[in-house]
Amino acid sequence: MKVLVPVKRVIDYNVKARVKADQTGVDLANVKMSMNPFDEIAVEEAVRMKEGKEHHAAGTATEIVVVSIGVTQAQETIRTALAMGADRGLLIQSDADLEPLAVAKLLKAVVDEEKPDLVLLGKQSIDGDNNAVGQMLAALLDWPQATFAGKIVLADGKATVTREVDGGLQTLSAALPAVVSVDLRLNTPRYASLPNIMKAKKKEIAVKAVADYGVDTAPRLTVKKVTAPPTRSAGIKVADAAELVAKLKTAGVL
Amino acid sequence: MAVLVIADRDGDSVRDTTHKTVTAALKLSGDVDVLVIGQGSKAAADAAAKIAGVRKVLLAESAGLGHQLAEAVEATVVGLAGGYDAILSPATTDGKNFMPRIAAKLDVAPISDIIEVVSNDTFVRPIYAGNALETVQSSDGKKVITVRPTSFDAAAEGGSAKVETVAGADAGKAAFVSEEMVKSDRPELGAAKIVVSGGRALGSAEEFHAVMDPLADKLGAAVGASRAAVDAGYAPNDYQVGQTGKVVAPALYIAIGISGAIQHLAGMKDSKVIVAINKDADAPIFQVADYGIVGDYKVVVPELMKALG
Repeated sequence: MKVLVPVKRVIDYNVKARVKADQTGVDLANVKMSMNPFDEIAVEEAVRMKEGKEHHAAGTATEIVVVSIGVTQAQETIRTALAMGADRGLLIQSDADLEPLAVAKLLKAVVDEEKPDLVLLGKQSIDGDNNAVGQMLAALLDWPQATFAGKIVLADGKATVTREVDGGLQTLSAALPAVVSVDLRLNTPRYASLPNIMKAKKKEIAVKAVADYGVDTAPRLTVKKVTAPPTRSAGIKVADAAELVAKLKTAGVL
Repeated sequence: MAVLVIADRDGDSVRDTTHKTVTAALKLSGDVDVLVIGQGSKAAADAAAKIAGVRKVLLAESAGLGHQLAEAVEATVVGLAGGYDAILSPATTDGKNFMPRIAAKLDVAPISDIIEVVSNDTFVRPIYAGNALETVQSSDGKKVITVRPTSFDAAAEGGSAKVETVAGADAGKAAFVSEEMVKSDRPELGAAKIVVSGGRALGSAEEFHAVMDPLADKLGAAVGASRAAVDAGYAPNDYQVGQTGKVVAPALYIAIGISGAIQHLAGMKDSKVIVAINKDADAPIFQVADYGIVGDYKVVVPELMKALG
């Protein structure tokens, strides 16, 4: 089974995003960038499917292709996935910050070429926080989707996915090929070992341009401004629980 | 312009996330219809008809819509989309699941998790885990939007809209297998007026429940947790408040033994009053707390229980 894993290069999750003074966006100059944490979990799960780790039978995945859409440096992100155990990479180079709809259309074109049985990706990127690409890709392909996966079992041409939903867990079964978006608790991604990092340098990364795919990636949304959220100022320290309860009663919340 | 709101059904009723989404919809247009989806939803549709400001309620029933699976919801809503300029849903896990799918079918850029309606094509939404707010203008003829419920007041009851039946789509290529919902007599985390949240300082699942449950019961509160506490296995996944968990904005939020990582603050900083109890006086949680007590929860929480009477 072939698995396609789309990954995104984003601000490192440990870095606090700061808004630019001119309100045009978030300042990414000289900021550490990493693979989107949810995508890292998707890569890890695909590699486990190949290795036969956890509940996956060995060879569940036979080939893992990693695709990223973004700036030249996104090759580093792909290289990270290759060092974790993916087989080959594809970068669709774009300096523009593409919207989820455009990304989904490009990924559909990649799926049409690569014909994977499963697309496994993070439920959202931690920059745009849209939580949309997986669902949109599934719609464009007319494939079933299983979002927010906390467990994935592949057997008999189906993905049985336990999803993290409001109020608990929901399990559904999707006929393959399918799109599965992963949530935080699916697994803990590995650190690539040095030998694997060295091996990854020899793996192939194909580089293409957005124009090669002939899809409409024109933006539909105009960002008017990006501002910092209102800050909360620190309040007061109270001495004990009795004083706290008195204050909360005065504030009308008790 | 007409707006369709997809209801968040809860058995024979609709959750107040629906009422809040109606409030957002009414900022776009006076012509707001509510779609209630799912087999056996007549009573829920009647409940939605009582939301003030709703023009009519559409009821779509079919076996395939029972668990709001994305494929069937998408097919149902896309069939109705011709009559609407905007389609809104609360940003629940259901809404987040099916709305982008609907948007893609309509060739529209979805707008996720809005916290403000600026005009009928311009919206504010948080990005970077709430560390920035983006104001976006949509050029799409049709808007597909999810609404962060905690950012809007609930529309009042008192309406008397008509309920109309519309066609519900059949199941798609995914099928429901099972669900495991956490049963609790406490209010739902996302809707509770008071939330008490515990962090890693509580040290174990037994301690977490021994400390948090009686306090929550005394206050009629929902229980939340930090990601650190959830990852450590002290609290179930769906307790998690934060960027990757639930975003809450209760009238009162009490954080116990939570240091206040950015990712946690993103999920609770819009609460009206925040209380922090932590033995580390330098914990970042105190920077957003209205009232702080520096002290060991083992001492402070029993005192608090006593002071609450």
